[in-house]
Amino acid sequence: MAVTQLVGAKIHRREDPRLITGHGHYIDDFTRTGTAYAAFVRSPLAHARVKSIDVTDASKAPGVVGVYTARDFKGQLAGTHPAAPAFVAEKKYVPERFPIAEKEVCYQGEIVAAVLAETKGQAADAANMIQVDYDELPAVMDLEKALDAKSPKAHEGAADNVCWDLAYTGPEVTEAAFKEADVVVKQRILQNRLAPVPMEPRGVMAEYETYDKKLTIWMSSQNPHFIRLFVSGSMGLKESQVRVISPDVGGGFGSKISPYPEDYLVPALSRMTERPVKWIETRTESIQNATHGRGQFYEVEVAAKKDGTLLGMRMTQYLDVGAYAGTFSAFQACACLMAGGAYKWKGISARTIGILTNRVPTDPYRGAGRPEATHLVERMVDLVADELKMDPVEVRRKNFIQPNEFPYTQSFGLVVDSGDYEKALDRALEMAGYQDLRRKQADMRKQGRYLGIGISTWIELCGFGPSAATAPATGGIALVESAQVRVTPTGSVIVYTGTHSHGQGHETTFGQIVADQLGVPLENIELRHGDTAEGTAFGYGTYGSRSLAVGGVAVSKAVGKVIDKGKKLAAHMLEAAEEDVVFEHGSFHVKGSPDKSKAFGEVAFASYGMSLPQGMEQGLEAVAYFDPPNLVWPFGAHIAVVEVDPETGHVELQKYVAVDDCGNIINPMIVDGQLHGGVAQSIAQALYEEVVYDDETGQLKTGTLLDYNIPGIGEIPAMDLDHTVTPSPTNDLGVKGIGEAGTIAATASVINAVVDALSPLGIKHVDMPASPDRLWKMIKEARN
Amino acid sequence: MIPAAFEYARASSVDEASKLLNKFGEDAKVLAGGHSLIPLMRLRLAQPAALVDINGIKDLDQIKESGGKLHVGALARHVAIHGSSVVNEKLPLLAEIAGEVGDNQVRNMGTMGGVIAHADAAGDYPTLALMLDADVVTNRRTIPARDFFKDLFTTALGPDEIVTEVVFPVANGPHKYVKFRRRLFDWAIVGVAAQKMNGGWRIGLTNVGPTPVRATAVEKALHDGAKAEEAAQHASDGLDPAGDLRASPEYKKHLARVLTKRAVLQASGQAEGKQ
Ligand SMILES: Cc1cc2nc3c(=O)[nH]c(=O)nc-3n(C[C@H](O)[C@H](O)[C@H](O)COP(=O)(O)OP(=O)(O)OC[C@H]3O[C@@H](n4cnc5c(N)ncnc54)[C@H](O)[C@@H]3O)c2cc1C
Repeated sequence: MAVTQLVGAKIHRREDPRLITGHGHYIDDFTRTGTAYAAFVRSPLAHARVKSIDVTDASKAPGVVGVYTARDFKGQLAGTHPAAPAFVAEKKYVPERFPIAEKEVCYQGEIVAAVLAETKGQAADAANMIQVDYDELPAVMDLEKALDAKSPKAHEGAADNVCWDLAYTGPEVTEAAFKEADVVVKQRILQNRLAPVPMEPRGVMAEYETYDKKLTIWMSSQNPHFIRLFVSGSMGLKESQVRVISPDVGGGFGSKISPYPEDYLVPALSRMTERPVKWIETRTESIQNATHGRGQFYEVEVAAKKDGTLLGMRMTQYLDVGAYAGTFSAFQACACLMAGGAYKWKGISARTIGILTNRVPTDPYRGAGRPEATHLVERMVDLVADELKMDPVEVRRKNFIQPNEFPYTQSFGLVVDSGDYEKALDRALEMAGYQDLRRKQADMRKQGRYLGIGISTWIELCGFGPSAATAPATGGIALVESAQVRVTPTGSVIVYTGTHSHGQGHETTFGQIVADQLGVPLENIELRHGDTAEGTAFGYGTYGSRSLAVGGVAVSKAVGKVIDKGKKLAAHMLEAAEEDVVFEHGSFHVKGSPDKSKAFGEVAFASYGMSLPQGMEQGLEAVAYFDPPNLVWPFGAHIAVVEVDPETGHVELQKYVAVDDCGNIINPMIVDGQLHGGVAQSIAQALYEEVVYDDETGQLKTGTLLDYNIPGIGEIPAMDLDHTVTPSPTNDLGVKGIGEAGTIAATASVINAVVDALSPLGIKHVDMPASPDRLWKMIKEARN
Repeated sequence: MIPAAFEYARASSVDEASKLLNKFGEDAKVLAGGHSLIPLMRLRLAQPAALVDINGIKDLDQIKESGGKLHVGALARHVAIHGSSVVNEKLPLLAEIAGEVGDNQVRNMGTMGGVIAHADAAGDYPTLALMLDADVVTNRRTIPARDFFKDLFTTALGPDEIVTEVVFPVANGPHKYVKFRRRLFDWAIVGVAAQKMNGGWRIGLTNVGPTPVRATAVEKALHDGAKAEEAAQHASDGLDPAGDLRASPEYKKHLARVLTKRAVLQASGQAEGKQ
């Protein structure tokens, strides 16, 4: 019997006692002796020329160590903000970006000056005394107008506002499909701009040691190794001179992947002043400056046959890049590549246009591109069903890629590794009581009540990723993953990974994998991550639901290498042939004679001793890299039930059912937790959240949590969750990512439900967030 | 999010608090629950030179019935008002409203006096105080609620004047507060209170103008025998609310009408509760 007690078990998260009792270590918990505090002066205008900066009063303010403007950083930092090729290798225009603006500011919040002082309060006071004289320039806010040749430019002097414009496939690939069509449905679909709002905002502390020329950075990051790469490069240091430590991280949702101006400025300030320097972002700075997500609209057309068969899709993505190209902003173009969803198409024509505006840059935000794709295709399928007066369930069934068709090469050449979409849908329909709901809906309609049922049969691609696909996308570094496993002489195990948990529970799940494989108790296993000075040479970070499907597999491979060496040593100790030694339940024994055995601990101890086989080196440790052959493809079916109050436009989310498939499950409790959070975040996009800027001036209107509507527990219904298990053939663990699934799935089910509720009024589409004032207006107009 | 520097003093009596306010001058502020003042200070929208903390003043949090009136001390916290047996008996509408202010943290800290003195357009108690003709009592005088709320965040209070209690009439007939909001812990987008009292209806509106509004036209229509639906049409008479991110002026006026209907129907047991 294989040892599988822990994998698959609902064990409590090992990190929870620490985190929920306030004993975690977040960035603001670290301070060095002699620390000076930084505050930044930020542009209050969306677009302006900087005429002059008067620092006289601030320089004389109590406790001030120094005041700095762009010129002071010129000799300290070099280069421009990195913009990865991602899914758009050829960018048309990537504006230069220095971490601090000198002559022109291009979004509200862009840094123009820095203050260092002895206390946080003094730094904030002095920052308020700096007088900046601006010449306001027109702000580019509207994506369509921005494309007009006569539009003002987001950057003065630029030829246009187009960061990229790429047709993955032209209209010719859908010509036949549209000719064959009985019906064509068209829709413009908005993707509201979202602020990530992690519970812990960002923060950076840096200490440069002048004599050793060593820089240590403590920061709240999902991606410490990449930060080391970028910051060392900009500061003229070798990667080996820089250590980045990312301790407990209080959420990221994508906003802590890419480097930020402060990540460079704080270390540079430390080098200039020879003091440790610390900066902790405020909540308003976070909403204003942490990269936003979504911020797009789509023009979509779908061709279908009378019987509901989907034929072709034509879509264009208009993506608000913001004022500068984010490091991974072009990743969001994967919405085009995923637009086909769980269905078979004759052809999809897809084009993406990245547009520069005077807003804060967008970058990946939980799901990045896949939520947009899911929302788009699931809305369009519902529009087809509505047009043909078919049940949306039937249109889905008719077009699903079938279980026997995997691996399935979809429209853009991506190979979907596995799936059984109908099985998940059937289970969800059963749990929701779909037929009863439809009957109830008909009854309620007779009473003038508006019940709606919305379905989302989502799929995604994650687990980045194969070297062949990802090295070109990052500019050379393949997003593989590495792990190091070290066994101490007394048999405890230290596992180093290049991923870095910021809420995912790696200490638990990776521990479960190792514990089962080695047959040692979980307490003997220690997971280390988030410190570039430990473990393997380079780690690739946590995002894109990749940690388990790539990093976890690397850990498992490294453990395998440890076991292999253990077998050799055990064979030597047991005077048996290596082929005859089996490892089971944490002990090595000779095949057929279980009493001739050595416990794992004994072998570990012996590995540090003197009686090793000829040629074997001491120690018991291994490094492994995992370069997955493909991405992994989770999927599922979500059903939302809402009632819309026609008098007020209020949406009551009454029921939420989700059946998801992430392959083999390591810890069901963590999977459910990821889904709860992800679905809540997606409900938030559907019904509550939106970053609002003034259309003319570019002023941020939602700069506090009073105005930026994050829902609370009172707004999120209890969820009915279940799973199907279709193991991924892509990795030995058979796992797929689940970190983004909820966020990818739920906007479509919720909005489909709202539209379904309002369909008796002739309403066919609702944009997000479906706020009461918006719905009230639509209902009123529909009734007139 | 880091407030400007300020002086801080803790008073142990109303007299001492008033003296301290005088000493620090115009820029001094009373600190009660801090749930309106501190956020403003963190955003540097308020930069008082000094805070006079009144939380240590004994007996300022008392809730009692006396002389046929309900006296609610300035320091009575929302949570205490919500749970008070006297309030639940003498003015259950106030208990209901207190239970719906903000979230747990806000209810544990925020105070009656703070809400009244702060005079946020979306504050819930001012609506009740106005429509029931409550009195605001300070260390100097008694101010009828109808003379107290002057404008947005503006009251009749002088710079060193301290609210000590709010005196409400007793009313335990049919009542309802319908508070329409996006999130359970939010301020009202629009709120409507209905209270049956002395044979007639009192109707108050929250957040449809710079100060709370008493919907006298609705009260009159109900008095004259109009059905709730018809009477509620008058709820927006004369209103000119400012729009914001959550609601346009049109929508607020519409909500005033819809919620008034619901408040009256629910108060009189003719409809089920919904916001
Ligand atoms: C998230 C959130 C949600 C909220 N939702 C609601 C809501 O739905 N409805 C609602 O009504 N309120 C709401 N509030 C406000 C809350 O009720 C506040 O506590 C209240 O407005 C102020 O009371 P306080 O005791 O906190 O006063 P403080 O913040 O301490 O003071 C507020 C102002 O009043 C002055 N002041 C306080 N006490 C006195 C006194 N006795 N005499 C003279 N001046 C005084 C202060 O100087 C200051 O100017 C919310 C607050 C938050 C943070």
